[in-house]
Amino acid sequence: MHRIARFGLLLVLGLVAPTLAQDIVVGHYGAMTGNSASFGISTDEGIRLALDGINSAGGVLGKQMKVVTVDTQGRPEEAVTAVQKLINQDKVVAVLGEVASSNSLAAAPVCQRARIPMLSPASTNPKVTKVGDYIFRSCFIDPFQGPGVAKFAMEDLKLKRFAVFYDVKQAYSTGLRDVFIKAVKDAGGEIVADESYASEDVDFKAQLTKILNTKPEAVFMPGYYTEAGLVFKQAKELGLNVPFLGCDGWDSAETLTIAGAAGNGNYFSTHYSPEEDRPAVKQFVDAYKAKYNGKTPDAMAILGYDAMNLMADSIKRAGGTAGKDIRNALKDTKDFPGASGTFSIDADRNAKKSIVVLKIEDGKTKFVKSVAP
Amino acid sequence: MQEFTQQLINGLSYGAIIALIAVGYTMVYGVLRLINFAHGDVYMLGAMFGFYAATEWFGLDKHPSWASFFIVLIVAMVLCGVVGLLIEFLAYRPLRNAPRINSLITAIGVSLFIQYGGQKLFGPNPRAFPQILPNMTGELFTVFGASVSKVDALILGVTLVLMLALTYLVLYTRTGLALRAVSFRFDTASLMGISTNRMIAFTFVLGSVLAAAAGVLIAVRNAKVEPLMGMLPGVKAFVAAVLGGIGNIPGAVCGGLLLGLTEVLVAGYLPKGSQYKDGVAFVILIAVLLVKPSGLLGKNTIEKV
Repeated sequence: MHRIARFGLLLVLGLVAPTLAQDIVVGHYGAMTGNSASFGISTDEGIRLALDGINSAGGVLGKQMKVVTVDTQGRPEEAVTAVQKLINQDKVVAVLGEVASSNSLAAAPVCQRARIPMLSPASTNPKVTKVGDYIFRSCFIDPFQGPGVAKFAMEDLKLKRFAVFYDVKQAYSTGLRDVFIKAVKDAGGEIVADESYASEDVDFKAQLTKILNTKPEAVFMPGYYTEAGLVFKQAKELGLNVPFLGCDGWDSAETLTIAGAAGNGNYFSTHYSPEEDRPAVKQFVDAYKAKYNGKTPDAMAILGYDAMNLMADSIKRAGGTAGKDIRNALKDTKDFPGASGTFSIDADRNAKKSIVVLKIEDGKTKFVKSVAP
Repeated sequence: MQEFTQQLINGLSYGAIIALIAVGYTMVYGVLRLINFAHGDVYMLGAMFGFYAATEWFGLDKHPSWASFFIVLIVAMVLCGVVGLLIEFLAYRPLRNAPRINSLITAIGVSLFIQYGGQKLFGPNPRAFPQILPNMTGELFTVFGASVSKVDALILGVTLVLMLALTYLVLYTRTGLALRAVSFRFDTASLMGISTNRMIAFTFVLGSVLAAAAGVLIAVRNAKVEPLMGMLPGVKAFVAAVLGGIGNIPGAVCGGLLLGLTEVLVAGYLPKGSQYKDGVAFVILIAVLLVKPSGLLGKNTIEKV
C-alpha cells in the first residue's frame, strides 16, 4: 500500500511538474542550410537575441519562452514538413518564418488549417498573407518595394531604359518583376529586355549576353543573394558595365563575398541600414554585436528580432496561448515600436514600413536614402 | 553577329567544363563497361579541395598569383586522383566479377555517400571561392566584337592542354597502349601480360584528375562551391559522353562542347529558353540515339548470337 501510494505520488508529480514549469514554445522554420542559409541563420540569431531580452525581463504571462528552430534547407517541400513537425510534435503556440516567399506560401496553408498563427518576418510577396486570416507578416510588401526601386532609379539616378532579370522559381522574384515593369511603364520608362533564370543556376552568360545587346541603362534583378553575386561577376566578364538594381533578397554579407569587386556600384532596397541614426537601431546593433562576436546584423536579423518581439507582445496582449487569441492580438497591433521602425498591422495582415536604399561601394553597403510608404 | 559570336564563346567555355568531366565517364566505361555515377561528385571534391587549399591549408587567397592557381589546381588534382583510386579499390574492385547491375547500384551508392558525406564534412552551405588569380575580371581580347573574358580563355586553355596531354598519353605511350588493349579486349589483354587491375586503377586516377581540374576551373569562374554542386554537371557530362559515343574520348569532348553550345543557344535565342534549356540536352540525346544508337563518334559493335 505504502509503495503504491508513493508510486502514485511520483506519477502525479511527474505529470504535474512539467506542466507547471512549461515554457511557451514558439516555432521558427527557416533555411539553416542550403542556398539561402544566410537568411535563416540571420533570422534565427535575431529571434534568439529577442528571446534573451524577453526571458531576462521575466518572460510572458509569468512563463519563460522557448524557440524551436527547424531547418527548411530553403526548399518549399521541406518547409511544409518543418511546420508540420513544429505543430504536431513540438506543440508550438505560434510559428515564425520563412524568409523566402515561396517557402512561406508552401507552409502557410498548414498553419491556417491548424489554426496556429504564423508570422513571417521577411516574406514580401503579397500572396503570403492572402492564404488565410492566421497568416501575418511584419515587413513591407513587394507592391511597395518594387515601385520604390523603380522610382529611385528613374528620379534619383535619372535612368530610363531597364532590363529585367528574374528568378522563375521564386514567387518573390516573379512578383517583384511584375510590379517593377508596371511602375517603370507607368512612369514613362522602357523595358528593353525581360529574361529569367532558375535558383541554383550557376551559368547566366547566355541571358546576360542577350541583355547586353539590348543596351539597358540598368538591370533590375530581384533575386536572392547567391545568384546575385554570380550574376555580377559574369556580367562584368561580358562587359555589361551598368548598375544592377535589386531588392531585400540581396541583403546578406554573402552577396558581397561572392561578388567581390564586381558588386560595386549596384543598388538595392531593404528593410534597414546598420548606419541609420536612430537610437533603436543603435541599441539593436550593439546588442547583436555583443552576442555574436562583433558580426554586423543584416536586414533578416533585425526582422527576426522584431517578429519575435511582436509575437511575445501579442501573446502578452492575448492573455493566453490559444491560437485564436494570439491571432486577434496580432491583428490589433497598433504602433508597435520595432527596432526596424514603428509599425501597425493593416487589414490585410501586412506591416506598413519604409524602404531603405543601399549602394554597394568598396565591397560594403552604404546608406543612400529612405523612402516612406 | 557579335551577339552570336559571344554566345558561341559562352557555350564553348561552359561546354569545356562538361567535356572535362565527360572524358572521365567515358574512359571508365571504355575499360570497365561501368557508368561511374560518383564521377560528378569527384568533380565537386576537386572544387572543395581547391577551396580548402586556397584558404585554410595554404592561405593562398591572400596572395593571388599564377603560382597560387597552379598550386591549388595540382593539390586538387592529386587529392582527387587518390580519391579515384580509393573508390575503385574499395567499391568497384570487390565487385569486378559480380553482375554488372551490382556495380551500377554501388556506383549510385558511392555518389550519394560522397554527396551527403560532403554535406557533413564541408557543411551544407555554399561557400565563396576566393580570388586566387590576380586581375581575372574583364576581357582578354575581342573576336568580331565579342569579348573573350580572361576566365573563359583560362578554361579553354587549361582544357586544351589537358586534352593534348591525354591524347599523347593514350596514343603514344606504353601505358596508353596497355590502356587501349584493356579497353579493346579485357581478357585477352591480361593474357598478354598486362596488369588489368593496375590499368583500371590508373583509368580511375586519370578520370578523377581531369574532374578535379574541371572542379577548380568552375570554382574560379563561378566563385561558389557546395557539396551538391556535382549532381547536375555529373548528369550532363554523362549525357555528353553518351552523345559522343560512350567509351570514345574525342567523342566525349565533342559531346561536351555540343551540349554546352546547345544549352547556351537555347537560352539565348528561344523565347523563355532559359527555363527549359536543361531539358533540351536530353531531347538532343534521344534524337541522336534514335538516328545513331552508338553516339556521334561511337563504333557499332556487332553482337554475335
